Amino acid sequence: MLEVKNLTKIYPGDVLALDKVSFKVEPGEFLACIGLSGSGKSTLLRCINRLVEPTAGEIVWNGVDITRASQDEMLRIRRKMGMVFQHFNLVSRSKVLTNVLAGRLGYVNPFMSVFNRFPKKDIDLAMQQLERVGITDQAYKRADELSGGQQQRVGIARAMVQEPEMILADEPVASLDPVLAHTIMQYLEQINKEDGVMILCSLHFLDLVHRYADRAIALNEGLLMFDGPPGEIDDEKFKEIYGKEAERIG
Amino acid sequence: MKKERSLLRSIGIAVAIIVVLVVYAFAFSVTDVNFETTRSEERLTQLTRILRALAHPDIIEYDKEEMDVEVPFYMPCPEDGEPEIEVDKSGPYIVVDPPCAGPKEFVTINGFNFIPETRGPLNFIPPSGAKLQIGNFETNSDGEFEIKTELPNRQPVEEAQIIRATARMNVGSPRLSPLAWSTIDKILETVFLALLATTFGTLLAIFISFLAARNLMEEVKSPLTSVALSVLGWTVGIGLGIQVARWIGGFSESLSEDIIVILVGILISSLVIWLIVRWAVPAEEIKQPKLSVRIARLLALAVAAGLVLFVFNFIAYLGFYIGDYLEDNLGPFGFLGNFVFQLSDIFRMITPALAAMAVGGVLGSFSGRIGQLVSDSWSPNAVKFINVIVSGIAGATVFALVGAGIDWLYQIGDLTRTFYIPAGVGALLGMALALWVTPKRALPIGSVIYTITRTLLNATRSIEPLIYVIIFVVWVGIGPFAGALALGLHTTAALAKLYSEQVESILPGPLEAVQATGANRIQTIVYAVVPQIVTPYISFTMYRWDINVRMSTIIGFAGGGGIGFLLQQNIRLLDYRAASTQMIAIAIVVATMDYTSSILRKRFV
Ligand SMILES: Nc1ncnc2c1ncn2[C@@H]1O[C@H](COP(=O)(O)OP(=O)(O)OP(=O)(O)O)[C@@H](O)[C@H]1O
Ligand SMILES: [Mg+2]
Repeated sequence: MLEVKNLTKIYPGDVLALDKVSFKVEPGEFLACIGLSGSGKSTLLRCINRLVEPTAGEIVWNGVDITRASQDEMLRIRRKMGMVFQHFNLVSRSKVLTNVLAGRLGYVNPFMSVFNRFPKKDIDLAMQQLERVGITDQAYKRADELSGGQQQRVGIARAMVQEPEMILADEPVASLDPVLAHTIMQYLEQINKEDGVMILCSLHFLDLVHRYADRAIALNEGLLMFDGPPGEIDDEKFKEIYGKEAERIG
Repeated sequence: MKKERSLLRSIGIAVAIIVVLVVYAFAFSVTDVNFETTRSEERLTQLTRILRALAHPDIIEYDKEEMDVEVPFYMPCPEDGEPEIEVDKSGPYIVVDPPCAGPKEFVTINGFNFIPETRGPLNFIPPSGAKLQIGNFETNSDGEFEIKTELPNRQPVEEAQIIRATARMNVGSPRLSPLAWSTIDKILETVFLALLATTFGTLLAIFISFLAARNLMEEVKSPLTSVALSVLGWTVGIGLGIQVARWIGGFSESLSEDIIVILVGILISSLVIWLIVRWAVPAEEIKQPKLSVRIARLLALAVAAGLVLFVFNFIAYLGFYIGDYLEDNLGPFGFLGNFVFQLSDIFRMITPALAAMAVGGVLGSFSGRIGQLVSDSWSPNAVKFINVIVSGIAGATVFALVGAGIDWLYQIGDLTRTFYIPAGVGALLGMALALWVTPKRALPIGSVIYTITRTLLNATRSIEPLIYVIIFVVWVGIGPFAGALALGLHTTAALAKLYSEQVESILPGPLEAVQATGANRIQTIVYAVVPQIVTPYISFTMYRWDINVRMSTIIGFAGGGGIGFLLQQNIRLLDYRAASTQMIAIAIVVATMDYTSSILRKRFV
């Protein structure tokens, strides 16, 4: 279980990106995070694996306060949290397989990994995850030779070889076309339903939220505006989240 | 209002123009610009002479064959009138007109049947046999020549004297002159000097470039406890490492008499190292093991590290044996033996340095972790108290070391001034720092290291290799080794800067992604940074190798070996034909280098 309490982030220059945000996520839940651009979605997700240092508040996960974890502990916590990015963030000059194996770095012997030596079982796991997202045949290509949709599948495979308990997905489909968007979301759904992995996913399109999420939270200028099932986002709520002038599309 | 502004503008422009003119006028006077000298008669003849010499590089020579053609000549004319002179017209012959004359009179000498386009001296040979040169001839395409020349001023004799034309001919095939050979020898030295400087400079620069990359270093932050403890850890570790390496070095030297012992030692030690590493460094760890296990592993690894030093030493000694053997038995390829020998020597030389870095690194990061742990888990006041102590000790240590360095440089030899006072000041500063900073705050120690590295790099880079050579010549003597060291030093600084800028310009996304998997700092660098910088690194290295070849051609001017040494000598001796040969060699090498590196760059980048 993940419990975020009064999480606040102030960036240098007094930018208040998160303002006392509190919510809970149950194991196995698929939580969507919505909000306008600049509302603090990425900041929230990044605070959870401490790619961004929170300014105040607590993030309790499995009984441990992540915000207080030491650097060593943080490495051990991070390896149980997969992350999927809007721009995939693959190492473009490395092979697809190497990109996926990078997900094992938190587990393997650091010394051997520096020489690109991975245990056989990890390589098998990586191939298995590539098979799951249907791109085994691309394993030995360079990552930048792949199309956007394929790259995001590699991104998911990389998160999955971490054998994560939670996946943080920051707008995973925002740079893909609608058809691909659904494919990628279905992979995430499958991971959520079959493997019971908790998923926190920021999304821009409400129809995706309705279709895939168990629950949604909404941010507006760092404030938590909504926390509940997607079905409850009616016109009034919508205006609160997205502002008065916003029109609902789709 | 508008007019005023445009007036002001014009005045401004006028003033600017005047200032620029004055600046250039000053520049002309400072640089002694004087075009009259370029036109003066005397200078022009000199220039012509030098340019002609440069146009005749001393590269090719032939075997010469000489052929003397003689004719009797009377000086003065005999009493009984002009003598009849028989000439054999079947071969080359000369005719003097008139066939007799008094001293200092003019005669015309004609040659026939010579080989076309040959040249040589014309000599007057008195009965004493001395050669008095009276001119030079050059035959035309029919093998003939005609020269009017003055006879020497000699005592008149009655008997016939001789006029001799010596035709010099090139025979056999052309071959390289000794000068060309020595030039080739030196130009090879030049190229290899550049190669070594580039290789070693690159290796060092790669390592340093990460320390000088802002985006990587900015994230490195540690609380004061950790910083102070790791400073102490590093210092103690480096000292310990050097000591251990010395001890192991001495021990292995005592065993190095027998090559069998060396071989067996290498084999057994390697096996043990392998076993220890297999046991102590498991492939994958899901749970953190117990403390006792971790300590046992650490100890085992320490033993393995000691054994590695031992093996390094033995490999060096083995290299000495092999090198000696090869040098004695390979004949012309004896230099391979020397190579093995020198490599082994490098190995032996860097072993203590490696040991120092390794032990320093291990102790430094270990004590740093302890500091982190203390800082994370103790109460702020306790941390502050600890900070005052460790930071005081660390400050004292650092300042005492600096004091020792100063003492070594200036030979002060006064313990109060070079030890007690610096240590005291350091301790006070350290304690003041500990009191000042909030106890658990993470200090931007990475940025400090970044700034120091950058400053050192910029300082090192701003001094030209030609100047470093002067220092290294004093250290290792005149020759290519000094040049290689000087170039290598400059290369390290210059490349480290270029490289680190590449590291700074990598995409942050992949870096974040790899960090998010729980990879540690080194893994992040290997998996997210290195793939992004390989290509620019290769291209910069190539570019530097280019510069180094160019630079190594003049590094000899300051005693750094290579072709510059010869070139400078020949210019001083006014031997422009030789200098010309060397300039051509440089041009060829640099052009070839340019060409190949552009091809390679296209292929790799
Ligand atoms: N590194 C940073 N330094 C300073 N301000 C930042 C930084 N990163 C984000 N911000 C600010 O914090 C606020 C929240 O940004 P964040 O990236 O979390 O928004 P977001 O909801 O993810 O937006 P988008 O949908 O465009 O990705 C914004 O006002 C942004 O300008
Ligand atoms: Mg975002």
